[in-house]
Amino acid sequence: MSSNNNQLALAVRDVHKSYGSLKVLKGISLEAVRGDVVSIIGSSGSGKSTFLRCINFLEIPDQGSFRVNGEEVEFRKGRDGRSQPSNWRQIERMRSGLGMVFQSFNLWPHMTILQNVIEAPVHVLKVDRKAAVEKAEGLLAKVGLYEKKDSYPAFLSGGQQQRASIARALCVDPAVMLFDEPTSALDPELVGEVLKVIRGLAEEGRTMIMVTHEMKFARDVSSRVMFLHQGQVEETGPPSQVFGAPTSTRCKEFIAAGSH
Amino acid sequence: MDFSWIVSYRELLLHGALLTCLLLVISVTVGFWIAVLLAVAQVGRNPVLKYAAKSYCTFFRGTPLLIQLWLIYYGLGSYLPHIPGLRGSFLWPIMREGVFFAGVALTLNFAAYQGEILRGTLLAVPKGELEAAKAAGMPPFMVLRRIWLPRAIRIGLPTLAGEIILQLKATPIVFSVTVMDLYGAAYKIRQDTLLVYEPLILVAAFYVALTFLITQAFQRLENAVPTRR
Ligand SMILES: Nc1ncnc2c1ncn2[C@@H]1O[C@H](COP(=O)(O)OP(=O)(O)O)[C@@H](O)[C@H]1O
Ligand SMILES: [Mg+2]
Repeated sequence: MSSNNNQLALAVRDVHKSYGSLKVLKGISLEAVRGDVVSIIGSSGSGKSTFLRCINFLEIPDQGSFRVNGEEVEFRKGRDGRSQPSNWRQIERMRSGLGMVFQSFNLWPHMTILQNVIEAPVHVLKVDRKAAVEKAEGLLAKVGLYEKKDSYPAFLSGGQQQRASIARALCVDPAVMLFDEPTSALDPELVGEVLKVIRGLAEEGRTMIMVTHEMKFARDVSSRVMFLHQGQVEETGPPSQVFGAPTSTRCKEFIAAGSH
Repeated sequence: MDFSWIVSYRELLLHGALLTCLLLVISVTVGFWIAVLLAVAQVGRNPVLKYAAKSYCTFFRGTPLLIQLWLIYYGLGSYLPHIPGLRGSFLWPIMREGVFFAGVALTLNFAAYQGEILRGTLLAVPKGELEAAKAAGMPPFMVLRRIWLPRAIRIGLPTLAGEIILQLKATPIVFSVTVMDLYGAAYKIRQDTLLVYEPLILVAAFYVALTFLITQAFQRLENAVPTRR
């Protein structure tokens, strides 16, 4: 049991979240051991982004338990009845161990690509600047952007910006990487280059949670797939099951609709 | 056109031009940092600071600079000598002068306008960029210092140039509290020489040249960090 716990990079249990009277998440759980690639699929509005954003507390869940890299995240109901983390320092520390990649890249436009990548290591993790630069250059080379390191984000294509943002997320050695539809904002011809980078990360054993609409890709790289419907897990299991023989009719329909 | 007086009045003119530049530089730099505080307070969560900053901006943007200057010159000016110890302090020789009150009024006024602009540009920074900073583990103050403010200031750069030019053109008002800035020098020359136009033409040329310099400097600054389109 305890050795199993050590392997757990992420254990999230029974997450609830409402916006006003709209219940968006109705008790979602997810565990990922080191090296797991979990794809979250589901139709628009099913709560995929909200769930992902609850994991690093960009949205504060109403209820649930969160264990990241072996550390339990503390939060409680405040006086106004809304949940609050007990200790924001802990949330910040936890976040710095999770690399997040957004649909819209969200690079910082006033910094060069290299500056974007070393920002968190240098300022949050207080890594020596020289070491950070060396590491960042290695990562940029890995995602094929070494030549662009001194460019500003505005001069990069969408695909290049997304690869840069992946390098930025990688530069803190994250225990878990979170992807929220990393290719949805890209022109079709740029999707491939980004998926190739993510596939490389999966192959080197990175732990990743990925919201995606790329069904074929999810089927290829995931160790597990989770299908969300109206804030609940409708179906979860290995890709062969979820894509090949789903038990839920909704999941069946969703996959059938996506495959033509 | 007779410009022969320039030689004999060059000291006065130079001194005036220097004073105009000094008032501009001081009020803009100090005012800008006050503006940052005002803007951050306005978008922040503390209701007391928010209300205080909002009231400040409303007051200083809602009243004529001339009245602010006089309130500060006559109001503050008559109050200062009663502060114990101030008379003996090394600051006193400066704080006695009209130029001190002129500087204070220009600074506070500039801060109010710039504070309002920065409030707007803080809100204009795309939320995703701030989320990326939070997601990277930055504490709130670091998000502000490293991402939010630098982005807001850059977004506000084109407006800032305009504000500084407006500020330059507001400086002659200090002559009303006996400060001999460039306009004050021109006024004195007109009285002495009885020339109507020439001194005014000279100072106008100076203001235009300074405006040109400011525009050029900001053009460079804006080009230094390219943003999309
Ligand atoms: N900040 C918010 N305020 C109110 N409703 C929200 C907010 N964010 C998301 N929602 C709602 O929550 C539901 C789930 O959204 P989301 O998690 O973005 O879905 P998905 O990523 O699966 O498309 C949607 O109905 C959406 O309108
Ligand atoms: Mg989404």
